[in-house]
Amino acid sequence: MSLAAIAFFVFASAAIASALMVVVSKNPVHSVLFLITAFISVAGLFVLMGAEYLAMLLVVVYVGAVAVLFLFVVMMLDVDFVELKQGFLQYMPVASVLATIVVVELIFVVAVWSLPSNVELAHPSPTAAETVTDPNGPTNIEALGLILYTDYIHYFQIAGIILLIAMIGAIILTFRTRDGVRKQDPAAQVARKREDGVELVDIKSGQGLS
Amino acid sequence: MGIFETLSFALPELVLVIGAMGLLIAGVFLGDSAAKHISLASVGLLLIAIILVIFGPGAPTASLFDGAFRIDAFSDFAKVIVFAAAAVAILMSDRFLGGEELGRPEYPVLIVLAVFGMSLMVSATDLISLYMGVETQSLALYILAAFNRDSRRSTEAGLKYFVLGALSSCLLLYGASLIYGFTGATSFEAIASVAKASDANIGLVIGLVFLISGLAFKVSAAPFHMWTPDVYEGAPTPVTAFFAAAPKLAAMALFVRTMVTSFPDVIDDWRPIIALIAVASMAVGAFSAIVQTNIKRLMAYSSIGHMGYALIGLAAGTSSGASAVLIYMSVYVLMTIGAFACVLMMRRRGGMTENIADLSGLSRTNMPLALILTILMFSLAGVPPTAGFFGKWYVFLAAVDTGMIWLAVAGVIASAISAYYYLRIIWFMWFDEPAPAFERDTGPVLRFAAWACALLMFPILTVFMGPLIKTAEWAAASLF
Repeated sequence: MSLAAIAFFVFASAAIASALMVVVSKNPVHSVLFLITAFISVAGLFVLMGAEYLAMLLVVVYVGAVAVLFLFVVMMLDVDFVELKQGFLQYMPVASVLATIVVVELIFVVAVWSLPSNVELAHPSPTAAETVTDPNGPTNIEALGLILYTDYIHYFQIAGIILLIAMIGAIILTFRTRDGVRKQDPAAQVARKREDGVELVDIKSGQGLS
Repeated sequence: MGIFETLSFALPELVLVIGAMGLLIAGVFLGDSAAKHISLASVGLLLIAIILVIFGPGAPTASLFDGAFRIDAFSDFAKVIVFAAAAVAILMSDRFLGGEELGRPEYPVLIVLAVFGMSLMVSATDLISLYMGVETQSLALYILAAFNRDSRRSTEAGLKYFVLGALSSCLLLYGASLIYGFTGATSFEAIASVAKASDANIGLVIGLVFLISGLAFKVSAAPFHMWTPDVYEGAPTPVTAFFAAAPKLAAMALFVRTMVTSFPDVIDDWRPIIALIAVASMAVGAFSAIVQTNIKRLMAYSSIGHMGYALIGLAAGTSSGASAVLIYMSVYVLMTIGAFACVLMMRRRGGMTENIADLSGLSRTNMPLALILTILMFSLAGVPPTAGFFGKWYVFLAAVDTGMIWLAVAGVIASAISAYYYLRIIWFMWFDEPAPAFERDTGPVLRFAAWACALLMFPILTVFMGPLIKTAEWAAASLF
């Protein structure tokens, strides 16, 4: 077995196992952590397929942003999961009908899948990595950039404008300038003179400051 | 074509978007006190864009970015009206926003960005650029609807608009993906060459239905009109004035271009759908508006009805039908701006009033306003000899020319029913006991806008309908 095959089986089994744990584990924080493991395993699979840019994107976007956001939401919101699970039996009939439908669909999918014939086994079709990746050609990101900044420049720029509008909207609708916030102003602090802050008073003994 | 030559054709859009970003930065540094100047500057931007559309460099017809963006007489016509309507809407907002302490520099910037989206929409000749133009416009409009974020109704309007708008985008995208799947193309021209009548695929037709649903939502045609009354009522009034005018024209122009240029050979499949939507919209506009007491809600239902009339022209699917849509929409935009200028003038000590009952006896308390509103209401009802009548006339004529006499008859019946509530307002103003008078000091912009629109409806456009018709026909001809 080649190194790539070993890596494939390691990543694939890790992905399936952690995906299963996402659903099974009782603690939602653990679920999110397993979700992150699943993402990373899938990213490994992408690398094996020669889609290194997609793999990095998955790690940066899904692990770095989405999953961490999930984690924050799960930890910040005080959701009582025991309470959520109440009425489980009550909804069981509906759930079992849905589950049956999904299972039947899965059976259909498996039914139309056939084992490779002897001819196909003798001449296996090349994998994605073998067909796409040309070691001398442009890398994934170069190829993407070449298209994105030429053929699709119009859409790319509009997408940028849409994101800008979304940002303006988020700021307009949520940002409030609050009164009474004490901000540190280093320049003002440094510019302050001794005379501004200190007052010398002669106090006669026994009289005090009135 | 080199990149600079290509960009020179899209100069109005570039001016708008770069100007908007510049104004945004200026707004951030100058603060809320500069809101007025930013407003004026964005009106200036829109005027520059209008001048560039009319007199700008480049050929009158060009297709850019691999057929994603097309400049022709049709897009020029729509752009000029959209830009002008937006400029007037910004000018009309000034006083209201100042009074409600909503004057912020982001407001005109968002309008300019929405207008940028609309100008992408009217030039879109590809399913992807269609979607991206619609999203650019819609996203800015969602924010504007919720602009008065401390008001519960305004935030409700924004949220409702956003959620339903997202749903309609889903429908539109699903339709677009089906169309792409069954034709293998995203550009309108390529779709038209694949979608021939002989082998009109059922999958393509389903995609077409979804695409029409998504677009019908954007023009607020029944049965996709549910959001309109709530959003119109909840949003700040100047925002509603903007919503009712420019985006409607842009979405309608996009609708016409999409249908006519990408599916000309399968017209028998989409014509009944459009006709059905048109009849449903006219019915909703005619019947639901009767019971309204709030003038903004009334205008919402009235705009749903007007979209129905305009869609009759699209259902015709001919060059004269498309030009009838353009004529109708231009007249509609003018009437709507005038009507909302009047609504913005309905201010008493202590705030705005929005009830129709507040207009009672207006002829005795404020004669000029009553006169303006009377002309506009007659025009909205389509009473001859106002311009509103001619708008309806050409739309019905286009339907009759293509043998859809029943559609024209339905339109005539609907306009007869809807005349009831327009005339009821006129009755209130002239023959009812006076309600307390409105404040006289309404500012020159609103007065000018209202007078200009009313006088255009009658008698200016009545006499000079010819040039408008000529221009619309010239614009529509570029689609065929």
